[in-house]
Amino acid sequence: MNKDLSAYWKRNLTYMVILLSVWFIVSFGCGILFVDALDSISLGGFKLGFWFAQQGSMYVFVILIFVYVYLMNKLDKEFDVDEK
Amino acid sequence: MGIQGWTFLIVGLSFALYIGIAIWSRAGSTKEFYVAGGGVSSLANGMATAADWMSAASFISMAGLISFMGRDGAQYLMGWTGGYVMLALLLAPYLRKFGKFTVPDFIGDRYYSQTARIVAVVCAIFVSFTYVAGQMRGVGVVFSRFLGLSIEMGVVVGMIIVLIYAVLGGMKGITYTQVAQYCVLIFAYLVPAIFISILVTGNPIPQIGFGGSTTEAYGGQYLLDKLDGLHEQLGFAAYTAGTKSTIDIFFITFALMAGTAGLPHVIVRFFTVPGVRDARKSVGYALVFITILYTTAPAVAAFARVNMIETIAGKPYADAPAWVSNWEKTGLFKFEDKNGDGVMNYVADKGANEVTIDRDIMVLANPEIANLPDWVIGLVAAGGLAAALSTAAGLLLVISTAVSHDLLKRAIMPNISEKQELLYARIAATVAVVIAGYFGINPPGFVAQVVAFAFGLACSSFFPAIFLGIFDKRTNMQGAISGMLVGIAFTAAYIIYFKFVNPEMNNADHWLFGVSPEGIGTLGMILNFAVTLIVSRLTPPPPADVQQMVEDIRVPRGAGAAHVH
Repeated sequence: MNKDLSAYWKRNLTYMVILLSVWFIVSFGCGILFVDALDSISLGGFKLGFWFAQQGSMYVFVILIFVYVYLMNKLDKEFDVDEK
Repeated sequence: MGIQGWTFLIVGLSFALYIGIAIWSRAGSTKEFYVAGGGVSSLANGMATAADWMSAASFISMAGLISFMGRDGAQYLMGWTGGYVMLALLLAPYLRKFGKFTVPDFIGDRYYSQTARIVAVVCAIFVSFTYVAGQMRGVGVVFSRFLGLSIEMGVVVGMIIVLIYAVLGGMKGITYTQVAQYCVLIFAYLVPAIFISILVTGNPIPQIGFGGSTTEAYGGQYLLDKLDGLHEQLGFAAYTAGTKSTIDIFFITFALMAGTAGLPHVIVRFFTVPGVRDARKSVGYALVFITILYTTAPAVAAFARVNMIETIAGKPYADAPAWVSNWEKTGLFKFEDKNGDGVMNYVADKGANEVTIDRDIMVLANPEIANLPDWVIGLVAAGGLAAALSTAAGLLLVISTAVSHDLLKRAIMPNISEKQELLYARIAATVAVVIAGYFGINPPGFVAQVVAFAFGLACSSFFPAIFLGIFDKRTNMQGAISGMLVGIAFTAAYIIYFKFVNPEMNNADHWLFGVSPEGIGTLGMILNFAVTLIVSRLTPPPPADVQQMVEDIRVPRGAGAAHVH
């Protein structure tokens, strides 16, 4: 792998780790592991932990994918490996 | 025009539409048959993926399931959507760059081994058949309930429709019918959900009404507080509190996520878009379309639960609304007056409880509960059929491709021409439809039991093999094959032991680390990862051309259309 490509791959992995950490925190964190603690906070008629488990985590998933699409399209251009 | 008239009309129109699309989009080459020619736009593919993914179970049963599970139902919501994040970040763009037709294609080429290819083919076929039997059954049930046909007749009609567009159009026909089916099913899901939301909370957006206050008629307090209160009165655990152990929910959710990301009929959809960039974006669109239904479902679950308890619990049977007796006829609602007081005692205590409610009612009876016009009921029937048929078609395509392409062309008779391969693909699809129909009419008693299998196997076999194939260049044939075999053997043995050999031991006291068979795929996956990584490092690295291929799939440039071998 030439130097440019290994830098490209490293950046890709960094994005991936950051986005997957968010993915893990909202679903397994807020929706499962810390759900009871979060339930003491209210969001309108929702308990916060319950909201993350049945609504919030899914909205965050959608946002994560589009953030990834945006970051990767920019990265592809920066390293000139985008599809022509 | 009555309910039946409307249902026949709407279902008939939707079927005519599907067949019209199939005739317009006939497949002329294997590339069109397997991956729709590789030219589907990311938006259309996103819609098709959403219809492909959301089955009869998502449409008919999920809201009811959540309704009875309360907060624990989140395992399905997060599990079946979170997998798309893994798919977008870890698998789809790279598999698209790899640019062949199927999952066994990737496994076979990346691990330069026919054994690996065959293991993948067997898993893909097993997983898909497990699923498809349930879909055909769903078609039969909808037909019998709404159109008064027998279940057998319903399954046969469903088989003929799928046969026409899957065999004729292949992936191309399936893709464009799935787009139409998505529109039908989401419309059919949202209309009653919006009406119910207005009825219960006064808010037309179910996702917001879910966290809002109820209307005067329902007492005015927050919907979820009211539900917790009702549950407490009847002796159930609070709706917003979980009853399963944290570790079990954790493992089940993870198994559903990784299983989703590893299911061949989902992965293959991302081979149909023009390039890597489209593949990434397309997963995003797919999740948007899925999330529209998946965030509505828990709201519907809560509304239906409130309605159900308010109308039934402790009320005299003689005053029950008409829909109760309608659904009693189908056997989905049962009232057994144990103490002879004429009151429907619906309570948590099994000894005193007199009412049995099938979870499917929660979606199917919603239009009647909310007094919606007859055409809405016809729409719900068409929606359920769209959900079942679209998923069935996607699965049948995986089965026919696995046979004609992976088994015949790539393994047994590599010299057949494209025309012959296409013919075999159509024959395989036909045979698969017939077998699926047979299981739809004579469902093996264990259909529900083996759903855990589909996700467990995808999670413990495909997911690690594909992930490491992309992210770890050092993973070799020996590592991948031993990892897949260990993962499958462990997961299958655990599920078989608790579901078939010793079902009476199937409880938390006997489970390994307190993990139920539904969640064991996660442990199988961890084992697979460990074995693959260790064995790979004790055996020679993969050949140079394979390592080159891995480097190549990591960058988008040069993706082009899917190769014809």
